[in-house]
Amino acid sequence: MTAFGKLIRTTAFRLTLAYLLLFALFAASLLGYFAWNTRRLITEQITSTVNAETSEIDNIFGRRGLRGLIFTIENRALRPGANLYLVTAPTGQSLAGNVGSLAPGVMATSGWSETAYRRLDDQDAGDHRALVRVSELSGGFRLLIGRDLEERRRLFDIIANAAQWSLLVVVVLGIGGGIFVARRVLWRIDAMTGTTRRIMAGDLSGRLPVGRSGDELDRLAENLNAMLERIEALMVGLKEVSDNIAHDLKTPLTRLRNRAEEALARSGSEAEYRAALERTIEESDGLIRTFNALLMIARAESGQARGNMGDFDAAEVANGIHELYEPLAEDDGMTLRVKTAPTPLHGNRELISQALANLVENAIKYGKPVPAAQPLSAGAVTGTDGKEILIEACREGDQVLLSVTDHGPGIPETDRRHAVERFVRLEASRTQPGSGLGLSLASAVATLHGGELRLGDAHPGLTATLVIPALAAARDRLAAQTPDVPHKVA
Amino acid sequence: MRLLIIEDDRESADYLVKAFREVGHIADLAVDGEEGLALADSGTYDVLVIDRMLPKRDGLSLIGTLREKGNHTPALILSALGQVDDRIKGLRAGGDDYLPKPYSFAELLARVEVLSRRHGGPAEETTYRVGDLELDRLSHRVARGKEELTLQPREFRLLEYLMKHAGQVVTRTMLLENVWDYHFDPQTNVIDVHISRLRSKIDKGFDRPLLHTIRGAGYMIRDGLR
Repeated sequence: MTAFGKLIRTTAFRLTLAYLLLFALFAASLLGYFAWNTRRLITEQITSTVNAETSEIDNIFGRRGLRGLIFTIENRALRPGANLYLVTAPTGQSLAGNVGSLAPGVMATSGWSETAYRRLDDQDAGDHRALVRVSELSGGFRLLIGRDLEERRRLFDIIANAAQWSLLVVVVLGIGGGIFVARRVLWRIDAMTGTTRRIMAGDLSGRLPVGRSGDELDRLAENLNAMLERIEALMVGLKEVSDNIAHDLKTPLTRLRNRAEEALARSGSEAEYRAALERTIEESDGLIRTFNALLMIARAESGQARGNMGDFDAAEVANGIHELYEPLAEDDGMTLRVKTAPTPLHGNRELISQALANLVENAIKYGKPVPAAQPLSAGAVTGTDGKEILIEACREGDQVLLSVTDHGPGIPETDRRHAVERFVRLEASRTQPGSGLGLSLASAVATLHGGELRLGDAHPGLTATLVIPALAAARDRLAAQTPDVPHKVA
Repeated sequence: MRLLIIEDDRESADYLVKAFREVGHIADLAVDGEEGLALADSGTYDVLVIDRMLPKRDGLSLIGTLREKGNHTPALILSALGQVDDRIKGLRAGGDDYLPKPYSFAELLARVEVLSRRHGGPAEETTYRVGDLELDRLSHRVARGKEELTLQPREFRLLEYLMKHAGQVVTRTMLLENVWDYHFDPQTNVIDVHISRLRSKIDKGFDRPLLHTIRGAGYMIRDGLR
């Protein structure tokens, strides 16, 4: 497509053409109305003047006879810019006036008519047209009074001329403006197209140009840029994930392979083979676990688990998880407590349970108080020696909060965002077993429910909170069943 | 026990057949959905082990067809899709249990044995007895010999499940699913801790232990070592 062809195909140009047509029609009708009205006005003026003069002259003829009539006519006919006058005898002979010739038969019929004529004093000029009134005086004399229509014609010419010129100006300006606007739009769209081509070619860092006018194209560009931002973040995330998967799956796979190889190479006893095989199975179980967690996160993040949602009480989930983990915590020398209020929630119960279980497992693994090095501030931890983990379920406004608080070393504020990412095991926990996916899974579950995972400071320690918006329907339904019950502490 | 394994992957199918035969069961093999349906329809099996994705006819539709025909042979679904919603779909289609791949044979064996017992076994009893341990499901009383034992509600349910399947291996996952109704895989040994608590209540101070740990598989409650 040629550049011009591209130009005239733009929406802007087509719109301009449509407006142009509209304006031309408007101007034409305005001028037409103007011309028609002017013509009517001039005609009316002529008619009334002529009527008045006719009756005046008729009057003079009545009072002063033919001589007075001729005298008056001759007198008036000589004035500059005079009307047309002609008086004829009953024989048809011209007696007085300034009309040299007339179209034939005009004098014979009384009343108004438009006719070609020639003045007596201007022989050379061509025919003029005039509006005349012929009336019969007593005694068979006839009187013609009229007015040249030259003025009316000239006015018409002026209007027609104006119409032509204005049409020309409108068309030229319109098309010029159309091309200008279209080119501007086209230029910007071309710039956007160029950028998108570059982005499609793989350069995800490209962004569309955004002007300062804040018009619709700028808004579009801004939105597209936001979308690109998100896509880039996702791509970076994906790359990180695949790098991490490569690392966290390949490391145990390598260990597994090495062990099998070693066992094969060494001619050991049956017991040794058995031990090697058992370790192999253990290692592959760990791999499967990591893999499952990854799949689960992927599903939660893609929103596939949305189908399996129902209404339940978050307090029951908290109590259930407390019941499941309480002996484990105790074996580890910690105290697991739970504090709940009826907290209706709409969501995937299984996933929320698992997310909470992950948080509790993390607290048991990493939430042991730091010995001596970091003295606990007095009163910060009430009642216990800091080996307490608290599961809480409560509602705050429109949100359901499911939190797990420990009094371990916590996570420094700068690391918190990082901690939620997949596979991240903070330095302190590298030596501990685990896939490093617990917090990521909890975060993905919260996101699936339209909420988030918040990590906060428990002075000292970590508070991990699943913040999930409570849906109105579920809230009302459960509110109807459970009257206000005070906090129940297990 | 007579088993039908419907699995299209030759290697895992052969492994399963061999493994089941080694522990003394009879296992037949079908390699696609149509063949599986025809064999299962003959109705002489105790348990069906069905892969979810099969050539010719998928596992879920196979079970659906069997159930429509009035065949209620217990079916265990094996699937690479291990998520909760897939599991629910499988059970809704008429499956009796669902095991995501990869699985351990011990887990599969334990579940198949529980399924076969459920099918042919007697109606649910109100009192379970293993050795001198007695559990009354109605009054929630547990006693060993003449000594009354005090159990927490969850410990009671744990023991109830173990005793219901006395003499059978019960895996950790089965316990988590059936006693706690959770279908996720905890990263820690939560179940072991609950078992050791229960064990300290029912076995501590008695000559003969009843609750046994089966290495590499799970737990079993039974009288004596046999």
